Amino acid sequence: MKRLISMAAVILAAVLGLAIWSKSLQTAQGATGTNTLNLANWGDYIDPALVKKFEKESGYHVNLETFDSNEAMYTKIQQGGTSYDLTVPSEYMVEKMARAKMLIPLDKSKLHGLSNYGSLYMNRSFDPGNKYSLPYFWGTLGIIYNDKFVKREEVLHWNDLWSPKFKDNIMLIDSARDIMGYSLRSMGKSMNTTDPNTLALAKAKLDQMSPNVKAVVADEIKMYMAADESALAVDWSGEAADMMANNSHLHYIVPSEGSNLWFDNLVIPKTAKHFKAIYAFLNFITDPKNAAQNADYVGYSTPNTAALKLLPKSVRNDKQFYPDQSVIKKSEVYKDLDPKTVGLYNDLYLEFKMYRR
Amino acid sequence: MKKSTQNMAFYVPYILWIALFVIAPMLLIVYQSFFNIEGQFTLSNYATYFQSGTYIMMTINSVWYAFLITALTLLISYPAAYLLHYAKHKELWLLLIILPTWINLLLKAYAFIGIFSQDGGVNTFLRMMGLGTHQFLFTDFSFIFVASYIEIPFMILPIFNGIEELNEGLVNASRDLGAKWWQTFTRVILPLTMSGVKAGVQAVFIPSLSLFMLTRLIGGNRVITLGTAIEEHFLTTMNWGMGSTIGVVLIVAMVVIMFLTGERKKKGGRQA
Amino acid sequence: MKKWKWSNLYLIFVFILLYVPIAYLIIYSFSKGDTMSNFRGFTWAHYSELFADTRMIQIVVDTLMLALLSSLIATIVGTLGALAISRTSKPVLKNSILSLNNILMVSPDVIIGASFLIFFTALHVPLGFLSVLLSHIAFSIPIVVLMVLPRLAEMSTTMLDAARDLGATNTQTLTRVIMPFITPGILSGFFMAFTYSLDDFAVTFFVTGNGFETLSVEIYARARQGISLEINALSGVMFIFSLVLVIGYYFIQRGSASHKAKLKAKGAPQ
Repeated sequence: MKRLISMAAVILAAVLGLAIWSKSLQTAQGATGTNTLNLANWGDYIDPALVKKFEKESGYHVNLETFDSNEAMYTKIQQGGTSYDLTVPSEYMVEKMARAKMLIPLDKSKLHGLSNYGSLYMNRSFDPGNKYSLPYFWGTLGIIYNDKFVKREEVLHWNDLWSPKFKDNIMLIDSARDIMGYSLRSMGKSMNTTDPNTLALAKAKLDQMSPNVKAVVADEIKMYMAADESALAVDWSGEAADMMANNSHLHYIVPSEGSNLWFDNLVIPKTAKHFKAIYAFLNFITDPKNAAQNADYVGYSTPNTAALKLLPKSVRNDKQFYPDQSVIKKSEVYKDLDPKTVGLYNDLYLEFKMYRR
Repeated sequence: MKKSTQNMAFYVPYILWIALFVIAPMLLIVYQSFFNIEGQFTLSNYATYFQSGTYIMMTINSVWYAFLITALTLLISYPAAYLLHYAKHKELWLLLIILPTWINLLLKAYAFIGIFSQDGGVNTFLRMMGLGTHQFLFTDFSFIFVASYIEIPFMILPIFNGIEELNEGLVNASRDLGAKWWQTFTRVILPLTMSGVKAGVQAVFIPSLSLFMLTRLIGGNRVITLGTAIEEHFLTTMNWGMGSTIGVVLIVAMVVIMFLTGERKKKGGRQA
Repeated sequence: MKKWKWSNLYLIFVFILLYVPIAYLIIYSFSKGDTMSNFRGFTWAHYSELFADTRMIQIVVDTLMLALLSSLIATIVGTLGALAISRTSKPVLKNSILSLNNILMVSPDVIIGASFLIFFTALHVPLGFLSVLLSHIAFSIPIVVLMVLPRLAEMSTTMLDAARDLGATNTQTLTRVIMPFITPGILSGFFMAFTYSLDDFAVTFFVTGNGFETLSVEIYARARQGISLEINALSGVMFIFSLVLVIGYYFIQRGSASHKAKLKAKGAPQ
């Protein structure tokens, strides 16, 4: 008993020590009550040096919280209890949040340099007139191939993924909308199809390619591709950029028949409180120099065309990540579908994954 | 009576915990399971679960894999715990067995991806031995292996505790009476350490039913368990109703298992 | 003599098995590359990056503080719970309590996290350290109970009767007989609770807020961009630190309390 009590005392002392240490670290980082900005962002999705620069220039302290899925972030904001000032949902989630009245409209009079953003990336269907959102990064869905095993000409189209020569050699990103989406696209249908019959056809077509599917994975796909584990993968452009940085044999293709066009966007959720800090940050990140630095760190495609001009030529002219306008125009942005259809997409996708066994 | 007041003091914090953090959330889950994706009150989730082959298939899969994982873990852990009992510095070794669990699961999974990959340690070794390159990732083998790896400490610890209880005298007596090693083991050691084994099996089998991270990371979603489906319903479809329904089924299954194993335990205890 | 060797061999095999992935992680923390494939030459860069990362260090400190505190409280409540269960004589009631106990173990983290979130917001518990602490205590209690119960079950009634016959009060029986006997179970319960707390991602993610983050949440969020080797370096540091702590603790314990513990261990089962 004595032994247990003394152990408990030691643990309590350690807790106390750690608490004091944590507090001192917090003050060292300059966190104080009102001068803060609560930013909820994807992990590692902003250059930390840029956060420091913003804190220094504006005097606001940035409280960074991370999330790893749109839906989980949505749930937290919907339930209340959080106090995010800014968050970064993907396009369909902007639409969903706006519909659920969870967003505060942007006050354009407080924003400078909106013309920095390219017209191609503004006023999209998910947020007409950019009432609620500013684009943060954008990209496409495409095919990554390893030139050790596959030639470029072999994978120019979505239908090439069904070729029997790629048996057990394709990795897919674990996302119902994207996988169903490219199957629909390969049939010449819209990626926002809601007709159950067409969806069933798309799923049946997917089943046919299941011998080719090596695995359905998520973030770890980057590690697999970098390690030559698979010849082909279907993934987002941002992920592709990361893989290619680690393996020079990898290349990215957006099939010419078009693909998905995605946007991650800065929005103000209804939980926001520190509006001065919010607009200071939005203006800061709109500044071409800062946006360029951020794009350089994150490695995704920036919608800030003024910033793009500051990036090296090799980045600017890279057709893989800044594809021709014709490809972009053929590509579709996901709409926020009604819950029943989302459910259908998911059920069919689940069956596809089960079918593979 | 003095005894009853003392009993009360034991019960209060624990019962409070059960009420607040078990019963309340469970009621929430049961409540949720009666709503479809459009927020209407319905029994359709249960109908879907029991009528569509998909979920039944998934349930069978989950139970089967959880069984395999538990069996492999037990097979590795029992001898380890047993030998540990006779080792010098056994408490230190025990701590060293727990230590690897303090490294984040995701990181360990990534390490295994590296180890099992085409250019990884295992394949390099096999190539050196002239056995050629093999596909390990996304196979049942690697999935069960890694899942068992994760669970081993959770199995060794309770079994070790059980063996520590073992009265050496009984083992010696059995030997003195001329029992073979195997007889001593099955008649004396195993029955007396059964409660530890049971605790270990519970601590491994139950969570294995709802594994989800590893099914994707190591299994490449070739293995779809109930945990994966719940994860998807809560985080992707936002169909909390269906997710909760699967959760309710899991909980009911667990309660049934508990009652079945609990009964036997009670009888054994009385006889002893 | 022969048996000794075999047993050692098997234990060594189990230890190698347990430590291979960790060695792998630590080796790559010295790689010049950015991923855990293809070692690209030795560097300390990931370690200097880590020590300059104040945010990361604070997250580690917070995570440890949370894990220690939550597992301490969970151990106390769980032990009391186990004592309560062992005193319950009605088998139906006992099994019902045990089933309730195990519900949090069988429920997938996402469900627990989501329902705790609804629960906390309904009760207006502010999301942050407090809500995370309560959740961690909550999901650690069942494992403590599962660790302590077998110990209690093994305790012979004759031992308790003997204590009573010798005139020990209930309190004395508890502190002098029962507690020393179940101490190993309590300690393993604590370590398991500590492990659960360190490892948890999903529940913490749902119930945290106001800038409080744990290491798991940070690691999972960063995984989107591929896990940087800075995290490997962190694992390396934490691992070596806990190794030293555990070994140091063991030998200090052994030095001061070995004969006491031995006396207790010998005295208890008879």
